[in-house]
Amino acid sequence: MNTAVLRTEFRLFRREPAAVFWMFLFPTLLLGILGSIPAFRQADRSMGGLRPIDAYVPVAVLIALLMCGAQSLPQVLTGYRERGILRRMSATPVRPVALLSAQMTVQGGVALASALLALLVGRVVFDVRLPEQPGGYLLALLLAAAASLALGSVLSALSRTTKIAGAIGSAVFFPMMFCAGVWLPVQNMPHTLARVVGFTPFGAAAEALNQAAAGDWPGWEHLGVLALWAVLLTAGAARWFRWE
Amino acid sequence: MPSVIEVTDLRKSYGGRPVVDGVSFAVEEGEIFGILGPNGAGKTTTVECVEGLRVPDGGRIRVAGLDPVADHAKVAQTLGAQLQQSEIQAKLTVREALELYAAFYPRPADWRPLAERLGLTGKLGTRFGKLSGGQQQRLFIALALIGGPRIVVLDELTTGLDPRARRDTWQLIEDVRASGVTVLLVTHFMEEAQRLCDRIAVIDKGRVAALDTPAGLIHRSAGATVISFTPSAPLDERELAALPALASIEHQNGRLTLSGTDETVDAVLTLLARHRVTAHQLRVVDATLDDAFLDLTKEATA
Repeated sequence: MNTAVLRTEFRLFRREPAAVFWMFLFPTLLLGILGSIPAFRQADRSMGGLRPIDAYVPVAVLIALLMCGAQSLPQVLTGYRERGILRRMSATPVRPVALLSAQMTVQGGVALASALLALLVGRVVFDVRLPEQPGGYLLALLLAAAASLALGSVLSALSRTTKIAGAIGSAVFFPMMFCAGVWLPVQNMPHTLARVVGFTPFGAAAEALNQAAAGDWPGWEHLGVLALWAVLLTAGAARWFRWE
Repeated sequence: MPSVIEVTDLRKSYGGRPVVDGVSFAVEEGEIFGILGPNGAGKTTTVECVEGLRVPDGGRIRVAGLDPVADHAKVAQTLGAQLQQSEIQAKLTVREALELYAAFYPRPADWRPLAERLGLTGKLGTRFGKLSGGQQQRLFIALALIGGPRIVVLDELTTGLDPRARRDTWQLIEDVRASGVTVLLVTHFMEEAQRLCDRIAVIDKGRVAALDTPAGLIHRSAGATVISFTPSAPLDERELAALPALASIEHQNGRLTLSGTDETVDAVLTLLARHRVTAHQLRVVDATLDDAFLDLTKEATA
């Protein structure tokens, strides 16, 4: 990892107001909006006594990762290839992989910071308890981040231009939002649907985060699904990514 | 002393089509060496192999004695490159770009005097995406020089620049050479090659069609001297066609333009004297590199 490249990429990230808003602020903002609806702060018997706002904290945590993996990362990486920025770097003693890894570190870091912000605001403003199994929560979060960065790299590998990356990214983004539980938290999904969603990376992540939040060690089947996605997507990205 | 760049029998094909087909040349320390050729001749592929950005299918390349693919990091420290169709991050300012690229090299040049020399001092806080084409090209030259290289490769540097910016850039390239850096210049502008290069390799269809000084290239082409005049009376076509070493003959609005060698000129003058024909507005000029280039790449297009 080249620190000069990392510093530069972080600085450039901060110059993208849209990326800062959608990845860092939007998930917490959404939580704030939902939490301001009184019904969301009432315990719901169908959710085992949880309030909807409790169920939406893990969703908010996942939205940042989803923004990163399906929207921001593929756009940036594809743009770097399309405009010859990776090629220009190949002509220096630093290899272009330094640029990719710096970009992933920045985006992964911002997504995790955004998750932390959502957890804190949930705790302070809406009195949502912090995860009762923090180790399991962190593990699930890191696996989800790995799967999401790998997803972003695969989408960039499959997109020749930033336009294509935008189109494929959106096509992936909305189903993944559904799986993460944006419209209906996974706890509320009918049993069969929840099972199917549990095989997708963000569905499995949502299940694992819910379990860890409630104090249980996340189920190995969910962690396993996440890890498998991370490995497969990374292998796909390594196989298909083109430097120019 | 060994040449600073040696290319021997370089070969590279894309999808079975040979793009570079046995190119050899050597660049000496301190010269401006031009690679000239029509579009699609294999110029860029050749220099990308020299830069280590592409792996040759065959042949041998040495840059300061090193293999650009196997010793990529070392070669990249010795050789600075300006690439065709490549950019840097749009929101990076000129100063940040210079600082970032300086951090890539073990012994970078101080970027302040470099920016000064390239007229970028007033633009240090401007983002790359907001620079004009000429300013972007100057930044690319600066980035090619920032590592303190022995060699710079400039690929179609002045394409897309207006004539004024192009001339300014030529001056810059001469300054770069004057500071002891060897320049490998890819171009399709004859005027640029003629003005700047010590030696030129003309590449056509993936092969070196000729390699010489600009004057040598002009001299060796069939129509090195051009004579034109308006004769006071018509001249016999057969006698004109029989002129020695004649390369071409052209009639336009009663004006004759002949190209050939000095021998042709002498014979034309004798012919005119013999028929007591006066040559109005007589001009005898050396052919330009343009003419030589067209002559050298003629068979390929025919």
